[in-house]
Amino acid sequence: MNKISTTTALLLSMGIALPAAAQEDDTIRVGILHSLSGTMAISESTLKDEMLMLIEEQNEKGGLLGKKLEPVVMDPASDWSLYAEQARDMLTGDDKVDVIFGNWTSASRKAVLPVVEEENGLLFYPVQYEGEESSENIFYTGAAPNQQAIPAVDYLRSQGVERWALLGTDYVYPRTTNKILEAYLKDHGVADDDIMVNYTPFGFSNWQSIVSDVADFGSQGKKTAVVSTINGDANVPFYTELSNQGISASDIPVVAFSVGEQELSGIDTGPLVGHMAAWNYFMSVDSDANYDFIDNWVEYTGDETAVTNDPMEAHYIGFNMWLEAVREAGTADVDAVKDSIIGVTVPNLSGGSSAMMPNHHITKPVMIGEIQDDGQFSVVWETSGNVAGDAWSDYLPESQNLISDWRAPLRCGKLNVDTMTCEDGAGAE
Amino acid sequence: MTPTHTTISRLRGNSGLRRVTGLNLAFGLNIVSGLWRCLPVMAALLACFALVSPAQADVSPERARTLLQALATDDFDAKADAAQAIAASDAAQKTRWLDALLDGRLGRERRGERFYIITDDSGREWPIIDAITFEDAGTGSRRSVDAFRINNDLRTQLQGLIASLSLGAGDEATRLDAAKRLIGEVDAQSVDAVATQLDNEESPAVRAEIETALALYRVEQGQGEALATLQGNLDTRVRNSLTTIANSDAPIAADAERVLAGIENKRAWYERGQTLFFGLSAGSVLVLAAIGLAITFGVMGVINMAHGELIMLGAYTTWMIQQLLPGQPGLALLLAIPGGFLVAGAFGILIERSVIRFLKGRPLETLLATFGISLILQQLVRTVFSPLNRRVNSPDWLQGAWHLNEALSLTLNRLGVLIFCLVVFAALWALMRYTRLGLEVRAVTQNRAMARSMGVRAARVDMLTFGLGAGVAGLAGVALSQITNVGPNLGQSYIVDSFLVVVFGGVGNLWGTLVAGMSLGVINQVLQPWVGAVLAKVIVLIGVILFIQKRPQGLFAPKGRTS
Repeated sequence: MNKISTTTALLLSMGIALPAAAQEDDTIRVGILHSLSGTMAISESTLKDEMLMLIEEQNEKGGLLGKKLEPVVMDPASDWSLYAEQARDMLTGDDKVDVIFGNWTSASRKAVLPVVEEENGLLFYPVQYEGEESSENIFYTGAAPNQQAIPAVDYLRSQGVERWALLGTDYVYPRTTNKILEAYLKDHGVADDDIMVNYTPFGFSNWQSIVSDVADFGSQGKKTAVVSTINGDANVPFYTELSNQGISASDIPVVAFSVGEQELSGIDTGPLVGHMAAWNYFMSVDSDANYDFIDNWVEYTGDETAVTNDPMEAHYIGFNMWLEAVREAGTADVDAVKDSIIGVTVPNLSGGSSAMMPNHHITKPVMIGEIQDDGQFSVVWETSGNVAGDAWSDYLPESQNLISDWRAPLRCGKLNVDTMTCEDGAGAE
Repeated sequence: MTPTHTTISRLRGNSGLRRVTGLNLAFGLNIVSGLWRCLPVMAALLACFALVSPAQADVSPERARTLLQALATDDFDAKADAAQAIAASDAAQKTRWLDALLDGRLGRERRGERFYIITDDSGREWPIIDAITFEDAGTGSRRSVDAFRINNDLRTQLQGLIASLSLGAGDEATRLDAAKRLIGEVDAQSVDAVATQLDNEESPAVRAEIETALALYRVEQGQGEALATLQGNLDTRVRNSLTTIANSDAPIAADAERVLAGIENKRAWYERGQTLFFGLSAGSVLVLAAIGLAITFGVMGVINMAHGELIMLGAYTTWMIQQLLPGQPGLALLLAIPGGFLVAGAFGILIERSVIRFLKGRPLETLLATFGISLILQQLVRTVFSPLNRRVNSPDWLQGAWHLNEALSLTLNRLGVLIFCLVVFAALWALMRYTRLGLEVRAVTQNRAMARSMGVRAARVDMLTFGLGAGVAGLAGVALSQITNVGPNLGQSYIVDSFLVVVFGGVGNLWGTLVAGMSLGVINQVLQPWVGAVLAKVIVLIGVILFIQKRPQGLFAPKGRTS
């Protein structure tokens, strides 16, 4: 981290937002709402740095619509209600921001959702999430379950896996994802006995008996895999326990949805080689756009060992989509951008391009990477093309008839295609 | 090659080429040559060539290039064939190629024809050498070198190939490994060969495995007398086969069920033993985290919310010492024990001198002040070291597990923490019991005014006691660095548990802390499989609250009257 951002972090940690510059019309304000202190700082502070880098780069290129972009950074300190408060601060008053990039946990997004809807803001949310949501004011640049979990399970099935241990941290994302996966697996003929579900608290570290249960579950003569929605800090003790109990990727492979390059930087990956993760981007992806991005990032942070990860790519895509939409609309006005952004296509970091869908989700390729001993992933499988994010899962009975389409004149986030009634959104009236 | 080895390779000779498993590690070459017809024409020719000229020689650069070029495909099956062809070839460089391929360090020039081996892939600019001539080729990066990718299946196959190239006649460990893999794999064609192998085998351990494999085959064929051999066998493959037989309508189903019941019974005992170990090791973590608090909170009565952060400082000290001694995680860990104690102890004394002594007798303010200190320390670490977790390596002797048998193994890092916890406890207890400082601490705790009038410098004792408690928290951090994340949030996860243990055990009593920590650990682990981790924690918490209602002084009440 360079000196400037360290100082910034220090200032922010004391609850002081960067003072907004004098009120001038030649700036477009970009809100960055990521925790820089508290538990989530481990994941979110890098995204703040990334956004500052992207804004700086854009300003060097001459800004947007002839105006300078001005970052407005706040620190919600990993406190969900503070996210909502600070989002309201950002969206009200004279110095209101034109767009917000932020949030990580689903809990914080759920807290901010009513605020951005009420104040009519724009939020770009960069993290893979559980789906079952669509807001007129939120753009989901991370993966929906059908862009991560379902393809990962398909890959494992093609590798002959018949028994499934679904392990997760106890909160909304793992619970919903596992519900979808369970329904999906049962649709594909997996028996109840061949699915094991287990939830653990945040920051859990006593993995011994659970890992030994999994080993037992996997010793029944059928090929077994672990699908892990274990979040953040609990992963290190989990993987350490796996390797200590001698469970290697060739015995029981683990495919994780929340473990990326950044999480691996805190683990000795030697014993984990071959365990997998499913993402839409890996730092090892072979494309010039990616190499350029990594070079810039290393230069910006001044850290030779700095890593990039999937949520960073999501912000990269989201930021470029927003730029493009503003250019198309000729204004940063929220309502105009909301309309112009649908259909916008920008290059992503894996060599292709991503488009914003009418349901406010984007199209991305899905990749499976195997952990290498240098802390990177090696892509072993990839969808042949882009997969469009699905806001409402087709595998849950309560949401299989629902779609979301925010284009005029429909403008509906929760349209029941059977009855053709809109249950939520502007079209609901 | 000894007869034993030829037997095994014949046994597995009919398995697919794509399945070069550990069993035929030592015999990969036989298989490769035996199965040459499965290979693509090119590779087949090479394999045959290998047979006629087994001596390794420098192959022409064109040949070498052809061999390597075959790896440049996205199809992992084709890659496996290419690796087989390399193993079967007479290229002198083949072991090195396969090793590099296994490590993901063999690659091809992106816009060119050359092949490279990356000698060090830790940075962003890699030193590379030419894969064919091994001449220095300067540096490359991911932009210029496309490293060949492998997946899990290919990795297993490569390990087999490399072992087959580097192993001569198998030693006992190899034979044992091979014999273990035989269980459940014996069939009508191979049974005689396995029996012959058994006759030739001398090692009792290997014999036992082969006997199990044979007995399992015979039981599967309906020979009831072979069941006797399987009595009490803990191998999961034996259990799985017996379960199938017991559920079938074979004549020996009843007998199989009886043997199976015996096995299940034995396993159940070992599983109880394992749960107890899990419980004790979880408990030892609690005890380590709480024992420093037992001194500061229990003995001095200071509610120190920054206790968790002192643990964190101990863990960061371990990381710093490891950074100073790269490549020697064991030595660094041993040095971190005094290091963590001193650093955390120094911070403890600083906190005591600068804040806590001014708030004596005002518990509420102490609580708030130390909570503030904990936030400051966390953010300090975030600012100085970054909010990301730091990687603390475990020395070899703390990795892996101690396998007692198929059903029971003790993970070494947990065992290490358990022993460390007991040592720390014993040392602390002896210190309080036998040293002058311990005597003074107990005197000040029991009656401050009296102790002062007897010439004990109470303020100094306070400072040293708090420093001692903080130092012990640092020791806990050193131990925790081996089992969990080293990051700014490390302390938060332990502070509540620590208070729980101290209150449950009885304030002011070290033995209480030990017993309370261990029993909470065991109760938690016993409950966990039934109700899940979240509910287990809730039940333990409710249990402790109810217990405290009944017995406010905790498990072990301090003797006499405390002031």
